Amino acid sequence: MKIPKELRYTKDHEWVRVEGTVAVVGITDFAQLQLGDIVFVELPGEGAMVKAGESFTVIESVKAASDIYAPVSGKIVKVNAALADAPDLINQDPYGDGWLVAVELADGSEPDGLLDNDAYTRLAEEGQ
Amino acid sequence: MKENQPTIFEISKPGRFALDLGKGDVPACDLETLVPAHLLRAKPAELPEVSQPDLMRHYTALSTRNFGVDSGFYPLGSCTMKYNPKVNEDVCRYPGFTDLHPLQDPESAQGALELLYNMAQHLAELAGMDAVTLQPAAGAHGELTGLKIIKAYHRSRGETRTKVIVPDSAHGTNPATATVCGLETVGVKSAGDGLVCLEALKAAAGPDTAALMLTNPNTLGLFEKNIREIAEIIHDAGGLLYYDGANMNAIMGLARPGDMGFDVVHLNLHKTFATPHGGGGPGSGPVGVKKPLIPFLPVPVPSFDGQKYGLDYDRPSSIGRIHSFYGNFGVIVRAYAYIRAMGPEGLRQVSEDAVLNANYCLSRLREDYHAPFAGNCLHECVLTARNQKPFGVKALDIAKRLLDYGYHPPTIYFPLIVEEALMIEPTETESKETLDGFIRAMREIAAEAGTDAARILSAPHSTVAGRLDETAAARKPVVRWKP
Amino acid sequence: MAWSYLPHNEADRRAMLDAIGAASAEQLFADVPADLRLTGGLNLPPALSEPELTNHLGALAKINADLRNMSCFLGAGAYDHYIPSVIDHVIRRSEFYTAYTQYQPEISQGYLQALWEYQSMICEITGMEAANASLYDGGTAVAEAAMLACAASGKKTVVMAQAGHPHYREIFQTYARDKDLEFRLAPYGDGLTDLTGLRELIDDSTAAVAIQSPNFFGCIEDLKGIAEIAHARGAYLIAVVDPVSLGLLEAPGALGADIVVGEGQGLGIPLSFGGPYLGFLATTEKLMRKMPGRIVGQTTDNRGNRGFVLTLQAREQHIRRDKATSNICSNEALCALMAAVYLSALGREGFREVAAQSFRKAHYAYRALTSLPGCEPVFSGPFFKEFAVRLPSPPAEINKKLRRVGILGGFDLGGPYPGLENCMLICVTEKRTKGEIDRLASEMGAML
Repeated sequence: MKIPKELRYTKDHEWVRVEGTVAVVGITDFAQLQLGDIVFVELPGEGAMVKAGESFTVIESVKAASDIYAPVSGKIVKVNAALADAPDLINQDPYGDGWLVAVELADGSEPDGLLDNDAYTRLAEEGQ
Repeated sequence: MKENQPTIFEISKPGRFALDLGKGDVPACDLETLVPAHLLRAKPAELPEVSQPDLMRHYTALSTRNFGVDSGFYPLGSCTMKYNPKVNEDVCRYPGFTDLHPLQDPESAQGALELLYNMAQHLAELAGMDAVTLQPAAGAHGELTGLKIIKAYHRSRGETRTKVIVPDSAHGTNPATATVCGLETVGVKSAGDGLVCLEALKAAAGPDTAALMLTNPNTLGLFEKNIREIAEIIHDAGGLLYYDGANMNAIMGLARPGDMGFDVVHLNLHKTFATPHGGGGPGSGPVGVKKPLIPFLPVPVPSFDGQKYGLDYDRPSSIGRIHSFYGNFGVIVRAYAYIRAMGPEGLRQVSEDAVLNANYCLSRLREDYHAPFAGNCLHECVLTARNQKPFGVKALDIAKRLLDYGYHPPTIYFPLIVEEALMIEPTETESKETLDGFIRAMREIAAEAGTDAARILSAPHSTVAGRLDETAAARKPVVRWKP
Repeated sequence: MAWSYLPHNEADRRAMLDAIGAASAEQLFADVPADLRLTGGLNLPPALSEPELTNHLGALAKINADLRNMSCFLGAGAYDHYIPSVIDHVIRRSEFYTAYTQYQPEISQGYLQALWEYQSMICEITGMEAANASLYDGGTAVAEAAMLACAASGKKTVVMAQAGHPHYREIFQTYARDKDLEFRLAPYGDGLTDLTGLRELIDDSTAAVAIQSPNFFGCIEDLKGIAEIAHARGAYLIAVVDPVSLGLLEAPGALGADIVVGEGQGLGIPLSFGGPYLGFLATTEKLMRKMPGRIVGQTTDNRGNRGFVLTLQAREQHIRRDKATSNICSNEALCALMAAVYLSALGREGFREVAAQSFRKAHYAYRALTSLPGCEPVFSGPFFKEFAVRLPSPPAEINKKLRRVGILGGFDLGGPYPGLENCMLICVTEKRTKGEIDRLASEMGAML
């Protein structure tokens, strides 16, 4: 199970990578392993506003449907359109090609409040 | 048997047909002048063209690629797959029942209304309730009707109650129904013995509690022996008790939800009352209520004035209509025939034998399979694949291997609170010999897990199809044939 | 006492109790508190033998005046179309009717394929991309379609035509009440939905417009025009259709419908006093993953062969639980199988022919009845197999007289439609002969 050092995490198993004023969001390796083969991602629209802690999309596997919660607040400026045809990108590369959305941060300091690599590793180990 | 049965579209050939309809004996009329052109069909629907012998062979071939209760043992937990009496299939097809229009004058349908009226009385007696509506078309439809009645009751008392308490062992329909009724689900955890935790229930119940939804025996096959206390906690909070009748086959003639303190009950005629499941339906989910809730029953309500049977629509507090007509009448006729054939002692014997069969399976399998709870069960038992897991064999694999032995597997991965669950409901219509055969197969699979797990993991080997790729099916859905 | 459905004899029961280690059956119920045990036994009539049972049910059935002895001109949502013999022979195969839902696809390929073929046929006749494997009946299908539209759009208002089946509207109102969905009624004029009135009712909160065509009066609505009105405000169009009519009338999918639902009883399913019937639901590809109910999909097995499975299950109640948008679990699979056999039996040409004959015979009856003095047409719009006539006396009285001469007369519109007192909705299917229609006209002529 991979948990990259440079990312921030939530207890709901989303990750965030800050690139300037924008946060790229995805689900963790742990989350994709729990879900199994992902079959569908209900992509939100670009321009939609999200609020930290609120569900903004649903990821479906064959036998499960999981709400995905926004780690940060802001405006969705880009969605990973490739997921429409290839939702398995999340299984193959959860931290890379399997990213979900990019959010323009309403508050640039918000990601600082998220879990770091150590804290999330402990959480994921408990969950196994 | 062929590995692929062509679809009916693939055997179609222009000019063939399977019904001689006749030409019709009235003069032609000019369609184009009577209907605007843009509302007329531009190109015909590409329906298959097959002769009558081809049609029968096609569907017969499909039927041989399917497994029903008449094919073999079907211990699918929570589904009560008992034998479907054949005489019921005949009586429901009497022309006096099938060729009856729902809107014809009740005067001309007195036999049907008498049957409905009496059936409601019989089910009320069985469940210990004061009145029953036969309209819900399935168990989940019954739940919806029941919760709407409960909501209407609270509303009539000027109360807004928004929460339904559902134990974590509940059927998925319970929380889904609550949501469809605009209610919020509050989960309560089960205690270590598999029963509702009274402390957790006390903490969850309050002035916003609309109802508690419960099955008893619960989905672990265990009787909630604290049901009196449970009822008191909910009633003291001002809520009502809803009984999910999926497991009624355990207690007919032995105990009644009404006597336990339940206010609303739904029954599954396609489970407990031996009507066929039809491959997923039609079912029937009548709902029984206690007296204070009678005004809220859906319209119409079958009535009897001592002389004539009728349909009562004059019910101002009713939740309204929930079915196009009066429910699944044809299913109700079958279940009525079942109740009349069994009689009161017979129905009690049904439950006794159902419980005996489940306990027999449990006692003979608990050496090889882990049983998460001590003691006896009622009409179904829950085992797990914990002992087999170290060999890489999961509940799913055991289920697939059972197919090679000619059995329908138990329900797997339910209830959710038991890991790797295998939920076995043998029902009362299975003989000791059948159960012994199944037990032998289960033991052989348990042994095989240690000696040849690969054989189990690649099962089934003897069915017309191997394991199917459900991921591919869901990623790129192909849900229809295309010309 | 013994029962033929129960295999154990006393020796079996004893041996099994011994194996369990229980002294008696009673002991197995030890967890049921003594004060909750039913001591007096159930107050139910005593058991009947099989001959007694068939006599008893035969007697109840005989009390009813069934359609084998009457000419039926009653429709209003339940139709006396001819039912081909092959249907019952197929559904009596007990591998079909005694099976449960297809959760073990390896031993359910037959039913899965039959349901996939059913979905395909529903898509073909409605002109849609995806159909589910059935819902309870026409009325609940309308309610499910409306809830689907609300869930997919995030909006809360549904506009329904007053000219639609009154029962269907009532069911949606029952469903809507507890979900805080708003219901608006679109008025009609001259038997058709009033498009100006409709336009005024639609606003940005409107999730969907539900229009029945042919509507409750039998009249054919302009679904194309209505689709344009709905779409202009971002609302879905739910078309509620009589599937039999689609042999002649344009597929709602081709007219712009987003969701198509209806009552499938006319597709080879007996009237059976109102059920079991068949709710069908079909959608565009876009809405497929929001559909309620079970869906069968095509895939391959691990031997490389084509196979079928229940798919898109993540939508369903057993997975979504309290996040589900529908709670449906059991459906009407066997009725879906009946409809599939029906459509296969008719085929491409027969499907059109049933619709054409129903249309012709209804129009023949319309001409015969409206030429009677005192019997006036109520509406002037195009109709399919049902039409309304105004009579000089209450339809209930006329129907009573008709019944005495072996005719089941039409539906009394005065009940659900104030202003249509003394109006009768007459239905004529392909099953009625010219002789029966002529007799209806002559008997009514004598009464008026």
